[in-house]
Amino acid sequence: MNYVSETILLAVGTFLALLGAAYAYDNLFASHMWVLFFVLLVSTVVMLRKISFAPAGQASKSRAESEYLDEVIKYGVIATVFWGVVGFLVGVVVALQLAFPDLNIEPWFNFGRVRPLHTSAVIFAFGGNALIATSFYVVQRTCRARLFGGNLAWFVFWGYQLFIVMAATGYLLGITQSREYAEPEWYVDIWLTIVWVAYLLVFLGTILKRKEPHIYVANWFYLGFIVTIAMLHVVNNLAVPVSFLGVKSYSAFAGVQDALTQWWYGHNAVGFFLTAGFLGMMYYFVPKQVNRPVYSYRLSIIHFWALIFMYIWAGPHHLHYTALPDWAQTLGMVFSIMLWMPSWGGMINGLMTLSGAWDKIRTDPIVRMMVMAIAFYGMATFEGPMMSVKAVNSLSHYTDWTIGHVHSGALGWNGMITFGAIYYLTPKLWNRRRLYSLQLVNWHFWLATLGIVVYAAVMWVAGVQQGLMWREYDDQGFLVYSFAESVAAMLPYYVLRAVGGAMFLTGALLMAFNVTMTILGYERQETVSGAAPALQPAE
Amino acid sequence: MGLLDKHHYVERNATLLLVGSLVVVSIGGIVEIAPLFYLENTIEKVEGMRPYSPLELVGRSIYIREGCYVCHSQMIRPFRDEVERYGHYSLAAESMYDHSFQWGSKRTGPDLARVGDRYSNEWHVQHLIEPRDVVPESVMPSYAFLKDTPLKVTDVSMELKANRAVGVPYSDEMVASAKADLAAQADPNADTSGLLERYPKAKIGDFDGDTQNLTEMDALIAYLQMLGTLVDFSTYDDAAGYR
Repeated sequence: MNYVSETILLAVGTFLALLGAAYAYDNLFASHMWVLFFVLLVSTVVMLRKISFAPAGQASKSRAESEYLDEVIKYGVIATVFWGVVGFLVGVVVALQLAFPDLNIEPWFNFGRVRPLHTSAVIFAFGGNALIATSFYVVQRTCRARLFGGNLAWFVFWGYQLFIVMAATGYLLGITQSREYAEPEWYVDIWLTIVWVAYLLVFLGTILKRKEPHIYVANWFYLGFIVTIAMLHVVNNLAVPVSFLGVKSYSAFAGVQDALTQWWYGHNAVGFFLTAGFLGMMYYFVPKQVNRPVYSYRLSIIHFWALIFMYIWAGPHHLHYTALPDWAQTLGMVFSIMLWMPSWGGMINGLMTLSGAWDKIRTDPIVRMMVMAIAFYGMATFEGPMMSVKAVNSLSHYTDWTIGHVHSGALGWNGMITFGAIYYLTPKLWNRRRLYSLQLVNWHFWLATLGIVVYAAVMWVAGVQQGLMWREYDDQGFLVYSFAESVAAMLPYYVLRAVGGAMFLTGALLMAFNVTMTILGYERQETVSGAAPALQPAE
Repeated sequence: MGLLDKHHYVERNATLLLVGSLVVVSIGGIVEIAPLFYLENTIEKVEGMRPYSPLELVGRSIYIREGCYVCHSQMIRPFRDEVERYGHYSLAAESMYDHSFQWGSKRTGPDLARVGDRYSNEWHVQHLIEPRDVVPESVMPSYAFLKDTPLKVTDVSMELKANRAVGVPYSDEMVASAKADLAAQADPNADTSGLLERYPKAKIGDFDGDTQNLTEMDALIAYLQMLGTLVDFSTYDDAAGYR
C-alpha cells in the first residue's frame, strides 16, 4: 500500500502545529502545539518510511476486498491493553496521593491534574479503544462484510490515539474545561468530533453493505452508543474560545443550565459509552464464548429500546438538593429508578445465555470473567438507582461512596467484559491455537475480583462514615466533627483502596504478559484448572 | 406481542434503526434541559450579583486549571448541617455568570461556595504553599508555585469579550478598563473608585504578601475571597425563591 496523500496531509498537519506553536495566543497553547508537532513529526517520518517508491503496478496489491479488515483490530487490542495498564497505574498513583499527599509533584502531577488523566485514560483510552476494536470485529462478522471506507478505519484508530495523547498531555499542562469526563478544550473536542463522524461512517457503512438480512442485536447497541455519544459530545462542549490560537474557552451555558447539560452528558457517558457500547460487546462475545444463542430475542428488543430511552433522563440525579429546580431532580430520580428494570433485563439476558452451559463457569476462566462482569453490571445498576433516591443521595453525595459505586461498574463490568473479549480475540486475530496460559487468566480473574471487592467495600464504609460524620450532632445541638476530622478519618480507607487498586493493576499486568506471549506464539504447558481429575483405578 | 413481532422492519433497515435511536435518545434531554432556559423561576431574583472582576475571572481560570473542582464543591445543600457548616444554601442565581459551573461532585475537601471572607489573605497564602502547616489533617497538594509564577494574561479584555459572547453582561466600559482594573485590584495604592463602581464589593489589596509582583497567587486568592459574598441575603425571601 502507498500512503502518499496521507503522508502529505500529516506533513501539512505537522507544519500547522509548528505555526500554532509560533503564533500561539498563550503559553499553554504553545506548549500543547509543540506536543502535537512532535507527535505528528514522528508519525510523518514513520509514514515516509512505509512508502514504496517502486514503479506503479509493482507495488504490492492490496488484499482481496472480500476479506475482513482485521489488522486495525489487532492494533486496537494492543492499544486497549496498553491504555488499560496506564489508566490503572495512574489510578493507583492518585489513590496513593490521597493517602500520602507528599506524593503530589507540583505543578504537573498534582491530584487536580492527574485525576482527570486517570478517569479519561480508563474511560476513553481503555474503554474507547476496546469499543472501537470490538465494534469493528463484531460488525464485520455479524454483517459478513469488510469494513466500509477502506483506510478510514485506520484514520479512526490513529485519530483516536491522537485525541488521547492531546487530552492526556493537556490535563498535565493544566488545559481543562472543568467539565467532568469532558475536560479537553475546544480544539481537541473538534478533533474528536471529526474522528467520531468517521467512526460512525465506517460502522454504519459496514451495516449498510451487509450480506445478512438482519442487523444483529450487538450492532444496535454499538450504533446507539456511537450516535448518542456524538449528540452528547457536541452539545455539552458548545463553547466560545477566547482566541482561535489559545486554549481557554467559556461554556455556552452558565450555572444551573450548564450543570444539567454537563450531567446530562456525564451520566450518559456512563449510559452509552460505558453501558450501551459494552452491552454490544456482551451480546456478541458471551454467546460466542459459551457457544449458546442469546437467551431471549424479545427481551433484547425491550432491553435495547427501554435502556436507551430511559438512560437519557437520569442525569439530574447527580444534582440532588442543589440549586437545580426540584421538578427536574424528581424527574431524574424517577427515571433512574425505572432504569433498574431494563438494566436487569439486560443482565438476565446475558446471564441466562449460559443456560445449559453453566458448567463452563467452572472449566473456562474466560466465561467466568464474563459472568463476573455481568454480575457486577447487575450490582452496579442496582446500586445506582438506589443512590439516586433523594434520601439516600443526601447521605452519599459528595462522599467516597460515589467513587466506590463508579469503580464497581468500571472495574467490574467494563473491565471484566473487556478482559473477556480480549482473551477471546487475541488467539483468533493472531491465528493461535489458544492463549499462552489459561492459568494466568484464572489468576487475573481472582486478582481483579478480589481487588474490586476490596475497593468497593472500603469505599462504601468510607463514604457512609464521611456522610454520617458531616451530619453528626451532639445532644446540645452542635456539630460534632470539623471537616478536617472527617478527612483524617479517611486515611486507613484510602490506603486499603490503593491496595485493592494495586491488585486490579497486577491482574492487568498478567493479562498484558499473557497477551504478549500469545501474540509471540508461545503456549505454556499446563493442565486446565477446573477440569475433571483423571479417575484413579481402585486398589 | 404484536409490536415486538414488527421489530424486524427496524432490524432490516439501518436508517430506520439510526433515526429511531436518535429520536428516542433526544426526548429526555429536550424535556429536562430546554425548560430551564425559559422558565422564569429557574434563577431566583436576588440583589448583589455582578460579573467577575478581571482579576477574579483570571483567578477563577487558575482554579479551573488546577482542577480544584475535583475535590471542592461550590454548592451548599439545604440541610441543617451544611447550612451551619458553610452558610446559606447556594442559589442558582449565585452561579448565573459561571461558564462553566463549578458546583463539583465530590468533597475530598470542604465546600468553597462561601469561603470568601472566612479566612485572611495570609492564611490562604500559607495554606496554598503548605496546606498541612495550617490544617494538619489536610491531604491537599501544595500550590507554592503559584506565588512564584507571574500572572500572565495576554489580553484580559478578550476574556471579558468571550464571556460577553456567551451572555455575561460586561459593559463596554468594563471591557475598555479591564486591563487597568486587573492591575488595580491587587495594588493597595491604586485609585480603585472606578473598579468598585463597576464591581461592587470587590476585594482590593495585595493578596499574596508580595507587593512587587502580580502573581497567580494574587488572582486565585482574589477569586477565593469573593466566593459567596455577593448576594445580599437580608433582602432574599426563601419562600419566594423556592421552586
